[in-house]
Amino acid sequence: MKKITLKLFRYNPETDKKPHYDTFKLEAEPTDRVLDLMEKVKGYEDGTLSFRRSCAHGVCGSCAMRINGQNMLACKTLVQDLKTNKITVEPILGLPVLKDMIVDMEPFFDSYKRVMPFFVNDEPAPSQERYQSVEDRERFDDTTKCILCGACTTSCPSFWSNDEYVGPAAIVNAHRFIFDSRDKGAAERLQILNDQFGVYRCRTIFNCTVACPREIQITQAIGEVKKAIATGNLE
Amino acid sequence: MKTHQFEVVVVGAGGAGLMAGLYASKSASTAVISKLYPARSHTGAAQGGIGAALGNHEKDSPEWHTYDTVKGSDYLGDQDAIEFMCKEAPSIVYELEHMGLPFNRTEEGKIAQRPFGGHTNNDTGKPVMRACYAADRTGHMILQTLYQQSIKNNVQFYDEFQVLDIIKTEEGVAGVVALEIATGEMHVFHAKSIIFATGGWGRVWEITSNAFAYTGDGVAITLRRGIPAQDMEFFQFHPTGIYKMGILITEGVRGEGGILLNGKGERFMEKEGNAPSVKELASRDVVSRAMYLEMKEGNGVDGERYLYLDVTPETVNKYAALDGRTNPDGSPFMVTGEEILSKLPDIIDFCETYLGVNPVTDPMPVQPTAHYGMGGIPTDKFGQVVVDKERNTLPGLFAVGENACVSVHGANRLGTNSLLDLVVFGKFSGIKAAEHANAAEFIPLPENPTAFAEAQLETLRNSEGNERLSDIATEMKEVMFEHVGVFRVEEGMQEAVEKIKELKARFKNIKIDDKGKKFNMDLLNAWELSNLLDIAEVTAVSALERKESRGAHARDDFQEREDAEWMKHTLAWLDDDGVKLDYKDVIFTRFEPKKRVY
Repeated sequence: MKKITLKLFRYNPETDKKPHYDTFKLEAEPTDRVLDLMEKVKGYEDGTLSFRRSCAHGVCGSCAMRINGQNMLACKTLVQDLKTNKITVEPILGLPVLKDMIVDMEPFFDSYKRVMPFFVNDEPAPSQERYQSVEDRERFDDTTKCILCGACTTSCPSFWSNDEYVGPAAIVNAHRFIFDSRDKGAAERLQILNDQFGVYRCRTIFNCTVACPREIQITQAIGEVKKAIATGNLE
Repeated sequence: MKTHQFEVVVVGAGGAGLMAGLYASKSASTAVISKLYPARSHTGAAQGGIGAALGNHEKDSPEWHTYDTVKGSDYLGDQDAIEFMCKEAPSIVYELEHMGLPFNRTEEGKIAQRPFGGHTNNDTGKPVMRACYAADRTGHMILQTLYQQSIKNNVQFYDEFQVLDIIKTEEGVAGVVALEIATGEMHVFHAKSIIFATGGWGRVWEITSNAFAYTGDGVAITLRRGIPAQDMEFFQFHPTGIYKMGILITEGVRGEGGILLNGKGERFMEKEGNAPSVKELASRDVVSRAMYLEMKEGNGVDGERYLYLDVTPETVNKYAALDGRTNPDGSPFMVTGEEILSKLPDIIDFCETYLGVNPVTDPMPVQPTAHYGMGGIPTDKFGQVVVDKERNTLPGLFAVGENACVSVHGANRLGTNSLLDLVVFGKFSGIKAAEHANAAEFIPLPENPTAFAEAQLETLRNSEGNERLSDIATEMKEVMFEHVGVFRVEEGMQEAVEKIKELKARFKNIKIDDKGKKFNMDLLNAWELSNLLDIAEVTAVSALERKESRGAHARDDFQEREDAEWMKHTLAWLDDDGVKLDYKDVIFTRFEPKKRVY
């Protein structure tokens, strides 16, 4: 067991004029998740602590938080990974804080919806599956992994400075379809992203790639979209 | 209070709810209401595949899939519904592909398939490649694809709205009551058809693969409105959860050749009495029981309550050679580390993250984990809720997915059949709900439609007791895992029933710290715990009364399946006096019950 000092960002819109921090001291196993610590605080110290969580193993995307200054999923970050006994948890940046770790995700999902994040192919479908080669399927595999947690977009300085920027998560989801050989909507998506709030806001800072809990090579994906816009070529 | 009017409301936005919403919204005004953002739903955690007899690698047929599912259900599944689901399977998988779902591909470019437990070539009895997969994140791909298509088709969502109650009058069902989580405001959704798709309730148990959100809301809400819950004693324990954490390790690992080993390094699944023929690819109930018995006999690793699941290429290739396993073209089955990595990337990520173990080089410590409710709100094959043993429906009320009991899974679900269940019955309930709504009139709302829901929440909010939610939850989970788990006996289940009653009494004396309106997760977690307690009680009482062993319900004191007396579905009603049980017939078409051997 390790003694942990857990410093939590707190803001209750019904009682607080401004945010503050609360500190809790608790014992933890090195293999405990940060989410386990927060559940412990909520369960035994202060039931008002509010945060989103669901799957608890890194696939649903509910619990993206800023942990010791870096965006991570609280359920996928173990105490031992942080290499310190002092853990600070804050809401992800760039979205309005609604209560404690809960931020307003609507602007994030609005940006996502702007890039046509859905399969487009109006040709009559065959009676069985559309065929796709193993290589063509592999081409967009990385960006199919996105769980829409928002860790990437809210780690991006370009997004912090202008929230009209669609952000890395939206571009990742556009990439997933642009490079799918079965899809017919690439030209339209590239046009949407060839906008002053599209891909060119990306300054290749790589925060998104570091933040992604699914290890998607986001900066590379954005680069591929930029190249496709510049060359008109999807190869 | 705000009031909305839609012809159809869908409660829940996982695979079943999204599919229902997509289909209902084609011909009726539809709202999909979820306590989570749709992409957070637990369908996204499903890993290994969706079952459909496409025959892309080898000979297969929907008839074999039907028989395997009937057998897997230990003859408790309704055979008409099972046949319907398995026959619809190929076309619905093609439909998902046409929606853009990125399945893995065969060399030819077709949808790739892998073997899974209980799915066999009925001529040879050997495992058949029937699970259509996208790496080990098939559920994620289904959830994302259906959500994407919902955006494309402008389906209307109410995200982070907690549905608390059905509005049910003497004339029938008139809608649902929901709390807007962000504001604490009550909303009434006046509707002609209501589809419940709220998922499962694995959070009743200590070790579970299930999300925090899996608190059985739909089943608990309908129980409170006098609708029975069916076959609740049948809850599946998946054989391979990560030790202590319960995180799912897909059966696809065994499909790719993974082997279960005890602490002595023995492959115990091949023992007589376990599954000498298909071994690790037996049904989940069979494998979980064999694991439980190994550990009980002291054969756990280092004497602990876990065993090894080994998918290292050395082990896979060794046992594949011993089994004489071949590829469809007849060549010997061999794997490399790279192939394991490419087919099971998320499993490897979970093990590295939570255990510091790389499954390509080391075995994974696993134990059975509470995974899936075969029971639920009773329905017919169009998702219409049936409220009694005569199978009378309650017009306008539908249930689909894990919170429903059609019953296609009977006493034990086969892997890959839950994703199939979601999309097949999601589709047909969506169609049927829209048809009903197009033909029916709105039933007038009662005087004060939110009264019951508000009373529940206010009682919780104003409770000034000293009991902690977390203590009550922990004690419930422990007693249910210990006594209403993989193996059961009379005394243990009796103890569980008593304990749950005690916890329900103590729950009246809880302490809620958060008295606010906005994002009051403390209050909602308390309400969710009340659902889990109701479900635990119904589960334990249903289990106690079933004096036989069938599928996931395995009793030490009644070890045989007793078809003459017990081939029937349990129906359980809950009120302030406790649980009342009755039974209804299983629908047979053409498969006579046989002893189940793998």
